[in-house]
Amino acid sequence: MNTDSVQVAPTQPEQPLIAIRDLEVHFHLGGGSAWDNLLTGHSVRRVVKAVDGVTLDIYSGETLGLVGESGCGKSTLGRAILRLIEPTKGQVLFHGRDLAQLSGRELRQHRRHLQIIFQDPYASLNPRMTVGQIVGEPLETFRLKVGRDKDRRVQELLEIVGLNPRFSKRYPHEFSGGQRQRIGIARALAVAPDFIVADEPISALDVSIQAQIMNLLERLQRLQNLTYLFISHDLRAIRHLSNRVAVMYLGKLVEVAQAKTIYDEPLMPYTKALISAVPVPDPFIESTRRRIVLQGDVPSPINPPPGCRFHTRCPYAILACREVVPPLVEIKPNHFAACIRISPAQTDIEKVAPGEAPGLDAVEKI
Amino acid sequence: MNRNNGTLLEVRSLRTYFDTEDGTVKAVDGISFALQRGETLGIVGESGSGKSVTNLSIIRLIPSPPGKIVSGEVIFDGRDIQLLPESEVRKIRGRRIAMIFQDPMTSLNPFMRISRQLMEITQLHLGYSNAEARSHAIKMLETVGIPDAAVRADSYPHEFSGGMRQRVMIAMALSCEPELLIADEPTTALDVTIQAQILELIKSLKEKTGTSVILITHDLGVVAGMTDHLLVMYAGKVFEQAATSELFARPGNPYTRGLLRSVPDPTAEQGKLYQIPGLPPDLARLGPGCPFADRCDRAEELCRKEFPPFVELTPEHYSLCHFAAEVYEQSGRKEIL
Repeated sequence: MNTDSVQVAPTQPEQPLIAIRDLEVHFHLGGGSAWDNLLTGHSVRRVVKAVDGVTLDIYSGETLGLVGESGCGKSTLGRAILRLIEPTKGQVLFHGRDLAQLSGRELRQHRRHLQIIFQDPYASLNPRMTVGQIVGEPLETFRLKVGRDKDRRVQELLEIVGLNPRFSKRYPHEFSGGQRQRIGIARALAVAPDFIVADEPISALDVSIQAQIMNLLERLQRLQNLTYLFISHDLRAIRHLSNRVAVMYLGKLVEVAQAKTIYDEPLMPYTKALISAVPVPDPFIESTRRRIVLQGDVPSPINPPPGCRFHTRCPYAILACREVVPPLVEIKPNHFAACIRISPAQTDIEKVAPGEAPGLDAVEKI
Repeated sequence: MNRNNGTLLEVRSLRTYFDTEDGTVKAVDGISFALQRGETLGIVGESGSGKSVTNLSIIRLIPSPPGKIVSGEVIFDGRDIQLLPESEVRKIRGRRIAMIFQDPMTSLNPFMRISRQLMEITQLHLGYSNAEARSHAIKMLETVGIPDAAVRADSYPHEFSGGMRQRVMIAMALSCEPELLIADEPTTALDVTIQAQILELIKSLKEKTGTSVILITHDLGVVAGMTDHLLVMYAGKVFEQAATSELFARPGNPYTRGLLRSVPDPTAEQGKLYQIPGLPPDLARLGPGCPFADRCDRAEELCRKEFPPFVELTPEHYSLCHFAAEVYEQSGRKEIL
């Protein structure tokens, strides 16, 4: 990504391409009924709050990186935007229309503009279909191209993603992981979408192949003016590909800012720890820098901790953090963070007096 | 035990081949290295480069058939492991050489309590009584940072998270104070914040006990902070061998150089990412030349015809390349700029 677009894309006051409003995906695991109470003695409903009130704008032409650890809900959020998983509450506005309210037929029409690339290039391609059939299927589904035209378009798509067009008669098992990921990308591109959710597209690949796929995604974005939601746990890849980054922890967004800003000056304690945990391929930096090592594991998303969900592992947590759910506040221009221990007036958590929570005022206003 | 420097492990021209339907796969083909006591050696490579097979060969865990150690020596503390009877090798495995694998779930027995699995090792190798073994197991769990170790010891593996299971694996591996710990992608299945915890743990335990470590990984970031020396493997061969700081600052092999440049550096300005073109070769169909030639930005006709020499750049730095000296020269100049 060149630096010009980094500065331009996110600050544009234009309409977002995708506007996510208070989106919620809760999975009910049962429990809570009188019957359960009788059988198990538990009267608590067990709910996985995979996505719990996420509000986020994605602008045309940008790459928004969504980062978080396993189980934080980042993939569920990506799928809920496309309604591959039904949201339980909230809106996803695409060109001003709420995708969450569309009927089956309308949704299918919209899907043409919204595509997804999956993590596992082995599981996401039908092993009994040829590459030509896989890439051509969306063209048939949306009746965009038929017969010779379709074949020609398939060949063109294979060439765009860097595969030999002669491969169209072959089957997925004849390809390596990186090549399969290219097939998955060609399939997503077939219908000329505006928006692509790339769900961990490089995680299953070798280092040298990861670089190839990242470069391909960047080139395609330039050529076709694509907008990406790039989901990954790999902070180095996120930093490299994204204009803006959203950090997720246990179903909630905890920080949103420019990619460079998130990396250079993270504000929220979880982001700070996450950034400091990334190993840097430089022995000198590795031997000199200070790493924040968090205690304990990510808590279960079933009935997560009250208040700030990070308070159980946070080195800065105070009593109020257990009670107050911190809202995402614009701490610096275009830099949002969810933490009551900082505020626009006092942005550095290290400098906040012990026990103080300057962000509490903002919570009370809401 | 001698904790001073001295060679603990020496591998000489190790070759491990596998018979497959496609022909003989030379998974490890002529690997040599030495590991000093107290040192950490990193082995870096992509999938199929032979890094895991190297280590399974060291402890003689290559499934045979189809695998076979065709030639070479593995000298551990002065004795060639290949020549020892199986009963002797068993006494070394787990006691003097311990292993941690990538996936802690499949390496633990799901039907046995954690405590039982830990006790088994000291009872077998050190002849501990039940009570001794149990208190030692709890002590080890405390060492690796399992909270409430005395209570949690009687849990089953499924009750632990991935990071906790990997801690249990480390506790188990270090139970008999091994002289060599082999960690094969120990953090690959874990989240970043948990990875940081586990790496810090291995580092601090190593400082405490003086154990030598072989760390196998595909992540250049992980080895940068953890290791003293590095082997870079590709297609069953060692492509480059050097002290870690030297290898990162001044690679002498086009593959290493490409690999280093293809990892985004989050602290720098994000330009276009360098990419190594093409795919790793099929190990059953290697030509006579350099296995990396087709993907290399420095390759010439010579590279496809003739197998490259293992060039000594400095007494501690070797590179498998016809143009090793030139590449080394170039990366040295870049550093001055």
